[in-house]
Amino acid sequence: MKLDLLTGLYVFMMAAFIGFEVIRRVSPLLHTPLMSLTNALDAIAVVGAILLAGEGKSTLATILGTIAIVAATSNIVGGFIITDRMLKMFKASGPRKP
Amino acid sequence: MLATEHLIEITYLMATALFILSLKWLSSPVTARRGVWAGEAGMVLAIAGTLLHKGIVDYKWIAIALVLGTIIGVPLGKVAMTAVPQRTALSHAFGALCVTLVGTAEFYLQAPNVPAFTMGVLSLEVILGALTFTGSLMAAGKLQEILPQRPITYKGQNLVNLGLLAIAIGIAVVLVRHPERMVLFPLMIIIPLFFGVMMIIPIGGADMPTVISLLNSYAGLSAAAMGFVLGNKLLIIAGALDGASGFILSVNMSKAMNRSFTNVLFGAFGQEQKTAAGATETRPVRSASPEEAAGILSAASKVVIVPGYGMAVAQAQHKVRELYDALTKRGIDVKFGIHPVAGRMPGHMNVLLAEADIPYDKLLEMDEINGDFPQTDVALIIGANDVTNPAARTDQNSPIYGMPILDVDKAHTVMVIKRSMGAGFAGIENPLYYMDKTLMLFGDAKNFVGSIVREIGGGHN
Repeated sequence: MKLDLLTGLYVFMMAAFIGFEVIRRVSPLLHTPLMSLTNALDAIAVVGAILLAGEGKSTLATILGTIAIVAATSNIVGGFIITDRMLKMFKASGPRKP
Repeated sequence: MLATEHLIEITYLMATALFILSLKWLSSPVTARRGVWAGEAGMVLAIAGTLLHKGIVDYKWIAIALVLGTIIGVPLGKVAMTAVPQRTALSHAFGALCVTLVGTAEFYLQAPNVPAFTMGVLSLEVILGALTFTGSLMAAGKLQEILPQRPITYKGQNLVNLGLLAIAIGIAVVLVRHPERMVLFPLMIIIPLFFGVMMIIPIGGADMPTVISLLNSYAGLSAAAMGFVLGNKLLIIAGALDGASGFILSVNMSKAMNRSFTNVLFGAFGQEQKTAAGATETRPVRSASPEEAAGILSAASKVVIVPGYGMAVAQAQHKVRELYDALTKRGIDVKFGIHPVAGRMPGHMNVLLAEADIPYDKLLEMDEINGDFPQTDVALIIGANDVTNPAARTDQNSPIYGMPILDVDKAHTVMVIKRSMGAGFAGIENPLYYMDKTLMLFGDAKNFVGSIVREIGGGHN
């Protein structure tokens, strides 16, 4: 799967612009969940680690890939759990019990 | 054969869309949880797609690692809300570790014939990854108070740090031209690892919100660089989104403290105050008892509570909720004014108050609430200091001059719950405490708020 530099840069630039526009709209109220969520999404790096650990091209690659999967997976699992826990706590005032 | 490859690409494409939707839905508390589900769905799709890859010959280690990662991840998702900043720093470290390890493995698979472009982005990936790894571990240590929170400075510190970074970049340049000089590669990891430690040593607790955001941005950029190395667009996009998010948050945080990035990174905050902290006056202050405070609060019609990290340290947020309930029941309008750097990371105070069941529409940011203070009867400050210091507006010699603050001094009455008259976190005198309209409520935040609630008599029935 080859990717030339220019295509890569186009993708990066577009994503950065979308990121700025979308994230600028996130209320400061939710900045902590925002950080834990982007952190979980960033752990998509696990796909690179999975290939390393599974392709068996060298012992070193398998070992490093395996450790990398552990690190990334803990971010995915932990990040999604804590983000959801935080968001569950945010309630509007609305009709409250007396 | 070809079909599998296309299928994988399609899962990545869908994951990309879901990730962007996930962040979009996070913009409002109403749709935010949907955002988490979208993120999870994208992640599961992308991982499932990757597992179909025909190059994978052995699933044993993948399975073991996925299980192990889950076992570590679950407790990390269940930490207390006060510990979220250090958890976040730790997860930046894990993310950076993953990226650095993948980069290292990729180098040794391709060396000595690494194309110049690949070597360039690979260098970027491991340098950013390595410094983010140790930097984030240091930040987590400081936040967890395993490491001293005080900034540690020495002469020539900035020169040493810049020198380390320059050497690492120099090695990268050499490797791009001569990838066969493989002995240099370990150095390109070790030096940034060391740099990460040195970078965080001079940074004090008050600057942590900015530093965490900055490390978040680095973690994202290193992941994007990894996407370039592997030719994986999904990674480039996720990394760019994370990098953009961290960047926006760091800019927000530096603005809220009236500091530039370079100032945070190169000018340890602790040093600047020495000029200002000298003159400790013994001017008279007015203090009040819980009964008096309760009387004034009950007579008010509009109250703004300004919480700071001291409130969270004293675990007073649940007592504050009782106070909120008691006052609201009497028909008093209660709102919360939140400074962007209240807490140890961006938005931390909102999470702590939401955990105590305070409705989020009562939590107002600085810009929204500042116009309300002149019509506010009582501004009640709990565990916050510098963010309410009017010297930031008026005294050009103050080290925090120019920092945006909550204009509590414009309220009719100001009440400050504080342990003693001792100077605050940054050691700066706060003239607010000596104003005629200010009442000092001396005591532990949790106990004092509890006593006020009992006096008002609405907390428990």
